[in-house]
Amino acid sequence: MENQNIINIENLNLSIGKQHILKNINTSIPKNKITVILGPSGCGKTTLLKSLNRLTDLNPDVKITGKITIDDINIFNTNIDVTEIRRKMGLLAQRPYPLPTSIFNNVTFGLRISGRTNKKFLLPRVERYLKLANLWEEVKDRLHEPASRLSIGQQQRLCLARGLAVDPEIILADEPTSALDPISSAAIEERFIELKENYTVIMVTHILRQAKRIADNVIFMYLGEIIEQGTAEQVFENPQQEITKQYLRGSFY
Amino acid sequence: MKKIRKIEEIFFRSMALMSSILIIFALGLIIFSIIKKGFPALSWEMVSQTPKGGFYFGKEGGILNAIVGSLFLATGATFLALIIGLPVALYINVYLIKRVKLVNSIRFLLDVLWGVPSIVYGAFGFAVMIYFGLKTSLLAGIVVVTLFIIPIMVRAMDESLKLVPRGLLESASSLGATKTEIAFRVFLRQSFPALITATLLSFGRAIGDAAAVMFTAGFTDSIPQSLGQQSATLPLSIFFQLSSPIEEVKNRAYAAALVLTVIILIISILSRFLTKRFKKNIIKF
Repeated sequence: MENQNIINIENLNLSIGKQHILKNINTSIPKNKITVILGPSGCGKTTLLKSLNRLTDLNPDVKITGKITIDDINIFNTNIDVTEIRRKMGLLAQRPYPLPTSIFNNVTFGLRISGRTNKKFLLPRVERYLKLANLWEEVKDRLHEPASRLSIGQQQRLCLARGLAVDPEIILADEPTSALDPISSAAIEERFIELKENYTVIMVTHILRQAKRIADNVIFMYLGEIIEQGTAEQVFENPQQEITKQYLRGSFY
Repeated sequence: MKKIRKIEEIFFRSMALMSSILIIFALGLIIFSIIKKGFPALSWEMVSQTPKGGFYFGKEGGILNAIVGSLFLATGATFLALIIGLPVALYINVYLIKRVKLVNSIRFLLDVLWGVPSIVYGAFGFAVMIYFGLKTSLLAGIVVVTLFIIPIMVRAMDESLKLVPRGLLESASSLGATKTEIAFRVFLRQSFPALITATLLSFGRAIGDAAAVMFTAGFTDSIPQSLGQQSATLPLSIFFQLSSPIEEVKNRAYAAALVLTVIILIISILSRFLTKRFKKNIIKF
């Protein structure tokens, strides 16, 4: 069975200052699957994720070589507007970062900055994306309250709705449950499993059990390199590399 | 060992307490002496009339010229400084996010400018005015005071914009926002209460300064009718009256100081009030 790949990464090297963070990354991300980037802290997982939507551009002293293509478009091509690339991907960060405005304005931020400010256009979309993020029932009566009043679990789901509202193809999630309680975490995981029907999900985690619960595809990284990759079954049931085996046994985190 | 730790604790606690009492006492004393000497001299005439002939010898009149002049000057300078300072603060925090060294040197430069005494700004303004053959005027005063408060305003704004977490920048970026959208829709909003405080702090500095306006705005007994005319200011009005040997005039200086203090008090209360009002949207991280 041949998966359709949405992202291809070829010979990606990234360094910040003198630190070589990502070394010769070659991989592909299949469409409409959950790909989990797994590995111990500081192995470059987050950097790999952030280079996909060029958030690494915001860091000083970053040097990147290699190629990342998304939908066959090289994202490092300087002719492309970086905001166009970023709109293809919704980002969930390690902790929620709602914008300093109302719930309604948070969800519609991406639409409003692209010129869609008509309330009649926005309102049904707010409902749709808040429902997709499983937050609608809790906030439908207070859409114009500040997002700062939501609990942290609700804020993270708001950030998911906000990311979905720009109509991305890909959801990037950087340890999205690390600041959340177990119930909120489970809510996010459930969402991902439902969302993969229409979206490609790429999630960074260092929680092995979480990876086993939701991954279709696994990329295992260690010290800036991809050690092993493949379907969840291959990597978890039949790892080939010694480091992977040790990690899966829990010898190190 | 236990005993030493206990002594240490008591020692530093009493030091801190004493310092706090000292500073509150000093502040209380200042306010007390201004009120004690100034309040009896304060009258409706004081704040509603300009100086009449012989005002500085104890005859009738008031300090309306200085009150209005100071408000004009401080408002004009704060407005100009805001137009110039806010973009600078946003620029170094949003657009120059990658240029760490450049931003640090800009901050250093602003800190140096902050430290320059206002008399130096005044002298600089005066030298420029002589070179171009300009007379002292309200406009010249406004321009020099603007230069004087810009570093204060920019650094105060900068300190609050610096606290906007990187994650918020990344989140807004990943929604496809440009730097300008991030600056005005995210950073400006998240720091809004602190930006108001920075603006009003600058206003307080502008209205309270005597040295920068001495050579540039001049002094006059009438209310300025245009930017080209001279303007009186409260600090200079206090200075001139306090230099008088006549007791009655000296007491009026304290009344003028009381008026200035009340204006600054109103600004502080306004700042508190506005900060509270705009706080609801702020995300706490």
